[in-house]
Formats: sequence, structure tokens, C-alpha cells
Amino acid sequence: MKSYEILGQKDTRSGFGAGLHEAGKRNSNVVALCADLTGSLMMDAFKDEFPERFIQAGIAEANMIGVSAGLAIGGKIPFAGTFANFATGRVYDQIRQSVAYSHKNVKICASHAGLTLGEDGATHQILEDIGLMKMLPGMVVINPCDYNQTKAATMAIAEYNGPCYLRFGRPKWPVFIPEDMPFEIGKALMLNEGKDVTIFATGHMVWKAIEAGHILAEKGIDAEVVNIHTIKPLDRDAILASAKKTGCVVTAEEHQMNGGLGDSIAQLLSRELPTPMEFVAVDDSFGESGTPDQLLEKYGLTSAAIAEAAVRAIARKA
Amino acid sequence: MATMATQIRRDVLRMVHAVSSGHPGGSLGCVDYFTALHFHFMKHKAQPFTMNGRGEDVFFLSNGHISPVYYSTLARSGYFPVSELATFRKLNTRLQGHPATHEHLPGIRVATGSLGQGLSVAAGLALQKKIDKDPHTVWVVTGDGELQEGQIWEAVMFAAHRKLDNMIVAVDFNQKQIDGSTGDVMGLTEWTSKFLAFGWEVLELEGNNWDDIMSVVPRAQYKLGGGKPVVIIMKTEMGQGVDFMMGTHAWHGKAPNDDQLAKALAQLPETEHKDY
Repeated sequence: MKSYEILGQKDTRSGFGAGLHEAGKRNSNVVALCADLTGSLMMDAFKDEFPERFIQAGIAEANMIGVSAGLAIGGKIPFAGTFANFATGRVYDQIRQSVAYSHKNVKICASHAGLTLGEDGATHQILEDIGLMKMLPGMVVINPCDYNQTKAATMAIAEYNGPCYLRFGRPKWPVFIPEDMPFEIGKALMLNEGKDVTIFATGHMVWKAIEAGHILAEKGIDAEVVNIHTIKPLDRDAILASAKKTGCVVTAEEHQMNGGLGDSIAQLLSRELPTPMEFVAVDDSFGESGTPDQLLEKYGLTSAAIAEAAVRAIARKA
Repeated sequence: MATMATQIRRDVLRMVHAVSSGHPGGSLGCVDYFTALHFHFMKHKAQPFTMNGRGEDVFFLSNGHISPVYYSTLARSGYFPVSELATFRKLNTRLQGHPATHEHLPGIRVATGSLGQGLSVAAGLALQKKIDKDPHTVWVVTGDGELQEGQIWEAVMFAAHRKLDNMIVAVDFNQKQIDGSTGDVMGLTEWTSKFLAFGWEVLELEGNNWDDIMSVVPRAQYKLGGGKPVVIIMKTEMGQGVDFMMGTHAWHGKAPNDDQLAKALAQLPETEHKDY
């Protein structure tokens, strides 16, 4: 199992803030909107350098999505930011009609996603957002794994013409993706080539998957670890090739099992290449208050849980 | 313009009759205002249609269900062939039941139909015009029942806060919605004071009276640039132009049958602009 050096501990939302600032420097059509959470989304650098391109939307998310669609009609590239819960479930119909169905070049930037938001509890810990967004025709859905990847993804979606959902989080998390690695929308990232089982992971769970790879290596299991940062469009070829090679699959995500990455991969494999599969995800439950680590432990989103799932998957191989 | 308005009313009736569905009531009430905007007040260009609307006035219909009047007005002002009105609501049409961009119908810039969203989108484009120093106007029509949607008031706040004084919003004040009168369903009162309290300029208009349209709309335009968005409370009669469709909410979302169509068209003789 390949070892990755931890380059630092940083929150992915700061990667978003840095990427937005850089995208704003590169393209004067980039504008940013926020619903009263500018500091939480680390949008201050953009706001301070480009005050005329920063739009405070107030606690009125539905209007923020509509205004973003209007700005996009006029040729702007709006990045609309708030917490993931308020960026999706609260404004689903606005995104559906004004952005997705109307194919507007709006970037929905969702922070504090998943359990790792922590102490604020389940009202704010959305675990359904990937599902909500991936169901919308034409919506690109991205959940990067660390600071550097989030920064690169933010800059990449600025150059892509169409609606995008970018999901990131609150806690400090290991940084291991090289700073200069370009982000390719829809392209799976191979982190470790292996032959016994494939772990497909997204978001914060990618680091947990790498840790799981080391646990498995100690047991003599050679795990392939693949970072699926883009849940839609899914990298079909990479997933099918890896599943064919290893013969069994584990998915890992900080999201409901229903509607998440695992669900997308299961759909692909069941049609093209039926493969034994295990899921590491939240199983039909809301979250609760606690520290991120406590919550990940309680809801089974740990490296040990991924390793155990891999052993189960291997046992199911014909 | 009066003959064009009559022709558009004929289009509306024939379109909804052909597919036994659609929303003739509110469409007929708004024909005069749509006609006045598209054939007189708006500085817009139908050909070639440009999505971004830069360098021209832009119109948004927030209450997308009155698509028949919108489509007929767009076709008759040159955005697409008038003959295409015959495809309204039929399979593979660009003229979807509610306006959409998905099929690339020229003139439509965003989908509307789920109520309350168009005003926010219009505010976004008005803001873009401000940022890019484009001096043109964003025109919007909303329904009065639509003002029951909370998002409308988010947009009303936003437009005032951002001083979007390049927007003229007409509220189609026909006081009717699907389930009955707006007063019975969810009574909103003190319209003028509500908008004034939100920091808008407010005018009132008899929307089925040409003289009033020709005097009030220029007054609204005169208020542009004054630091406040402008709203026109536009009193209209649902079903205007067809006697048995007026004075009731029954024709909000119901199409006439063959006999009713014949009776209605008899009150609106074909004009020099000709039926599609």
C-alpha cells in the first residue's frame, strides 16, 4: 500500500475559499454570493479583493439561487455558497427549475456537509445532498477529498459551462493531494493499485480509505484505492476496469447509503458487471451533536469499518 | 396595437382549445400589457435572439402558466414563426406547457411555472446589468396569487437593498387564482403600502385600458434610475375580451370546447395580422 505524506491539516472549506479567490483573479466574470455565512465559507479573500463582485444575499437562500440564475443569464459565473443543507434541500425546487432545467452556469457551493459538521447536530448535518443533486439531469456533482483537491476543483468548475454542485466540509483534515495536481471533472483518481478489492471513496472518506488500505496490507490484502471525487458524471470506465480487476468493491462516503456514491456505483455494476459490493455510509439515519471523530465512530464511518467491509466483500467473491 | 392585442387574444383561445388545456384566463387579462411592452415600450431585439440580453431590454414572465399570451406575443414580435403556435403543449414542441429554455425557444431565458422564482432571476439579471453598466431595463410580470410565495418577498427585499432601479415589475392584479378569489384563498391587503414599506416605487394601472397603459408605463420608466425598483399594481380582468370568461376564476386553467371557442372568437374578429 502506497504511503501518502500528510502535507498539513486543513479544512476543505478553506480550499474552496482559496480556489474561489484564485478563480476570481483569473476571470472577471466570476461573482460570489453568500447567504450570511461568508466567514464560515472562507469567502472573505474574494469579498475583500472583489467587493463589487461579491453579493451578500442575506438569510434568503431561495432568492440567492434565483439571483444566481439571473446573473448567469447575463454571462456571469456565480458561485452561490451556504451550508450544504441550505444549499440543497431548502432550495431544491429553485435549483431544479431556475438552474438545472434552465441549464444555467451556476456553481452551488455547499459547506459543512455530512456528520463532520459536528456539534451543531442533525438540523445542519445533511446526508442526503449528493442524492438530491445527482438526480437532477445535467448537474455535475463533486465531493473533493482535501484542501488541495477542493481548491483545484473550485477553479476547474469555474471553467466548466453548466450547473455544478461542489460539496465540502468544516473539519481540519489531512492534506495529501499535491498542490499542483490539476482537477479533471469526471476523472477518477487512482491512489493505490491493488488486486484483491477496490475501495471507491469520496470526500473526507478518501483519507479513511487510504488508512483502511494500510490496515488491509497488514493482513496481507492488497487493496486498490480510488478517489471518486466526481459522483456525476461517474467515471464508468475507471470503475468497471477496477471492479473487473479486483472482483469486489467497497464504497465509502459521508452520506446516506441511499442515494450516494455507493448507490451510483451499484447501479453501474449491476448493469454492466455484477460484482460483490459492500457499503460504508450512514444507514437510513439522521446524525446528532458530537465531535466529528465521535460521530464518524458512532455511525461507522471509520478506516476500520472500511477494512472490515473489504474483508466481507472479498469473502463474497465467487 | 389594439388590433394586435385582438389577434393575440385569438391566438390564446385557439392554442388552448387545440390541446384542451392551458391557462386562458390570466393570459387574456394580460394581453394588453404584453402587447404594449413588446410592440412599443421595450427596446429589444428578436433576431437574432441572444440569451444574455446584453444591450437590450429583457422581459421575464414569473407566473409561467400564462404561457399562451407570452408565446403569442413572442411569435408575433418576431422571435419565432407564428405557425409554431400550433405546436403548443404537443409532443416535441418548443412551446412547453410552461415556458422553458430546454428546447431552446427564442425569447425564453429561464424556465418558470413553479411560482415565485422568476422575480429572483430577473433581479439577478438586473444586478448583472448594473455591474456591467448596461443601461437597459428588466421587465417582469408576476401573478397576484403568486405573491403568496415567500420567495417573492425575499426578492422584493433584495431588489430594494441592491437598489435595482432598472426593474419594472407588473403584478397582474386580477384578484383570482385557481381555488377562487385571492381574498378568499389567502388575503393580501394594502398592496401599495406593502411595496412602499419594502422601499419600492409603486404605481397603479388599469391594465385593460390603453390610455392608462400609455400614460402609466412612461411614468414608471421615468422613475427608473431613482434608486428604487418600480412595481406597477396592474388591475386586469381575467378572461378580458370574452364576455363569458370574465368575472370568474373558472377559466384560470380551463380550455374552451368547440362551441365556446366559436362564441369567443366571434367576439374577437380576425385581424389584418391573420390567424396562425
